[in-house]
Amino acid sequence: MSTLSPPKSRIWWKEPIERSELIWISLVFVWGLFMAFMMPYWHVTGDQNLSNETYKTTPERFLEKTQAMVDEYTVRNEGPRNFPVVKPPPGGDVYMVSRLWEFWPIIELEEGQSYRFHLTSMDWQHGWSLQPANINIQVVPKYEHVFTLTPNSAGEYSVICNEYCGVGHHLMIGKIHVVESGK
Amino acid sequence: MSEQFRTCPDTGLKFHKPAENLMKANAVAAVVFLLVGGIYGLLVGLTRWPAVHLLPADAFYLTLTAHGINVLIFWMIFFEIAVLYFASSVLLGCRLAVPKVAWAGFALMLIGALMNNYIVATGTSSVMMTSYAPMEAHPLFYLSLILFAVGALLGCMVFFATLVVAKQEKTYEGSVSLVTFGAITAAIIAVFTIVSGAIILVPTLLWSLGFIAEIDALAYRLIWWAFGHSSQQINVAAHISIWYAIAAICFGAKPMSEKVSRMAFLMYILFLQLASAHHLLVDPGVSSEFKMFNTSYAMYLAVMASMVHGLTVPGSIESAQRAKGFNSGLFEWLRRAPWGNPTFSGMFISLIGFGFLGGISGVVMGAEQINILMHNTVYVPGHFHATVVIGSTLAFMALTYWLVPILFRRELVFKKVAAWQPYIFGLGMSGVALFLMGAGTLGVPRRHWDITFSLTGGVVHEFPAAANTMLALNGLSVILAVLGGALFCVIIVLSILFGRKLGDEKQEPALIATPPDDAAYEGIGRGSISVPGTFVMAMVFFVAFALYYFINWKYLAETWGIS
Repeated sequence: MSTLSPPKSRIWWKEPIERSELIWISLVFVWGLFMAFMMPYWHVTGDQNLSNETYKTTPERFLEKTQAMVDEYTVRNEGPRNFPVVKPPPGGDVYMVSRLWEFWPIIELEEGQSYRFHLTSMDWQHGWSLQPANINIQVVPKYEHVFTLTPNSAGEYSVICNEYCGVGHHLMIGKIHVVESGK
Repeated sequence: MSEQFRTCPDTGLKFHKPAENLMKANAVAAVVFLLVGGIYGLLVGLTRWPAVHLLPADAFYLTLTAHGINVLIFWMIFFEIAVLYFASSVLLGCRLAVPKVAWAGFALMLIGALMNNYIVATGTSSVMMTSYAPMEAHPLFYLSLILFAVGALLGCMVFFATLVVAKQEKTYEGSVSLVTFGAITAAIIAVFTIVSGAIILVPTLLWSLGFIAEIDALAYRLIWWAFGHSSQQINVAAHISIWYAIAAICFGAKPMSEKVSRMAFLMYILFLQLASAHHLLVDPGVSSEFKMFNTSYAMYLAVMASMVHGLTVPGSIESAQRAKGFNSGLFEWLRRAPWGNPTFSGMFISLIGFGFLGGISGVVMGAEQINILMHNTVYVPGHFHATVVIGSTLAFMALTYWLVPILFRRELVFKKVAAWQPYIFGLGMSGVALFLMGAGTLGVPRRHWDITFSLTGGVVHEFPAAANTMLALNGLSVILAVLGGALFCVIIVLSILFGRKLGDEKQEPALIATPPDDAAYEGIGRGSISVPGTFVMAMVFFVAFALYYFINWKYLAETWGIS
């Protein structure tokens, strides 16, 4: 008898289990429970839990809100694309537009301060990949995702699209600056 | 009726002629699409290598689309249909139900696969395998996948009907074999998968034709992944059945206990096809409660099932080897295994690669919060090249080496090369998996033509230098893996066409091992542990798993605050 033939005894479900199997099953069952516990545990104690707060929106409505932020908080223009650099107040709302094939505008944040980020796509799906912090968030059209980010170190960060969005996917890049608090 | 059957002189298995022809057709189609998909894969790997950067952007995205669909869908499913017919008609020794329907299914799958290759090659449907709405492909792209899926569904129905035939005609006693049980698991998951695919692809086709105004992007993701992720669970159930089959083929192994192995397959049916949320862990509008429940397959019960198979498959081999007298030390049974037989070596490399590289990375990446670090980076393709290529593809290759003499009655050509092939392919693909995962942890995006940002007009991001090194090493690994894959395709095709005809001649050494007597199993192993070697390997696996799991929580704790 082998794995290719019917079980030898018809009542195979009453056969004893090998000891090594029993030990292993117990171990991996407990390990599974532990891993299942880790996720809610991190929700309570960890500092990295992505909010699910989401609203239905339209590209027009979202652009309007982004434009209002740009109009109010632009501190300068910079870079090869001459994009506005927007510095919203700590604790404030940050709108970043994802569209074929750019993230707009450039954002300036203060280290250690928290900001409410709003993301949506104007067209297809995009990926909002903040590097080198390595924070990766899906951007879905018509859904406005709101979450809070707290930068923990000053420097220049890039936002790279990591959801394939057509033949210009590799052109899609944006910038976020993090400056020391109070500067 | 009896002239419809032949008995294999080597294995004693009964082959029903129509089933035999269908298995041959499906297996050959599978290998052809593997070859096509593999060539596309080579071009992808060489373009990702920054110093080579072979293809222009549009050709790269086209190639990546074609690569994914050919190997992940066409090669896999054609082969699995052959496996389903083998596990039903051959293993149960009965006629295949309704061969005409099976041929209709094969024809639909072939038409779908050819149509898809055509429409992708025209450049109008470079939307990747996921074809995320509202990005739009040519209507024929969706139609081709629907035709293929309907064909595969017919194959599953023929499989189920054949089980009924075997039961009614009493061609076996008691319960079906463990391998058939695993194939049933795969087929049940396949039905769920295909239905999910229909629910999303049919409206998407109508949308691309203008009959439906809008496809909600988030709903598309949720339902598409019920199809996309579950289809990988068909592969898992199929390749684990094949592991068990090869344990019997090479060693005459029996399950350590029927109950445990079958319960583990049952866990797959109940929980494994949840998993849609693996791809939605950083999506808006999906609650954390749903994400946690779904991504853990209901508290890791399906992960537990895989870890159980991970013990019982090598465990069944170990106990059979010990029963044959290789009973000294921890690992004599493994040292004395037939490492020059590609059926065994392929299966064992598949087992190790699937567990250590694919399994661990998958579970870690599937933790809701850790996913923030990895979503849509090349870590993801790194992970699934370990599961689907080292795991499923290598297991399928291993079985194919055995099927050539059994099913086609031809001797393998280039046996010496075949003995090396699983090592070349396994090593190359392990490199692909590891280096992509490495580059992914450094943030390199997936499906991306140019991580040097040479065309963005000066807005650039500089990845750590190690990322470029990883992608170069990935390119070298791809070359090695494609060499291994090409050797497989060439050996199989040449063997089928020109291998020495075997007729009724019995082969030496035997093509199927004689199971040891039950009495020989008495007193093997050490004390009350009959498989100490496997148990030690399982513990090593567990320690590696736990360490890697905690390291990633630590990485996560070091990034920005997110709430």
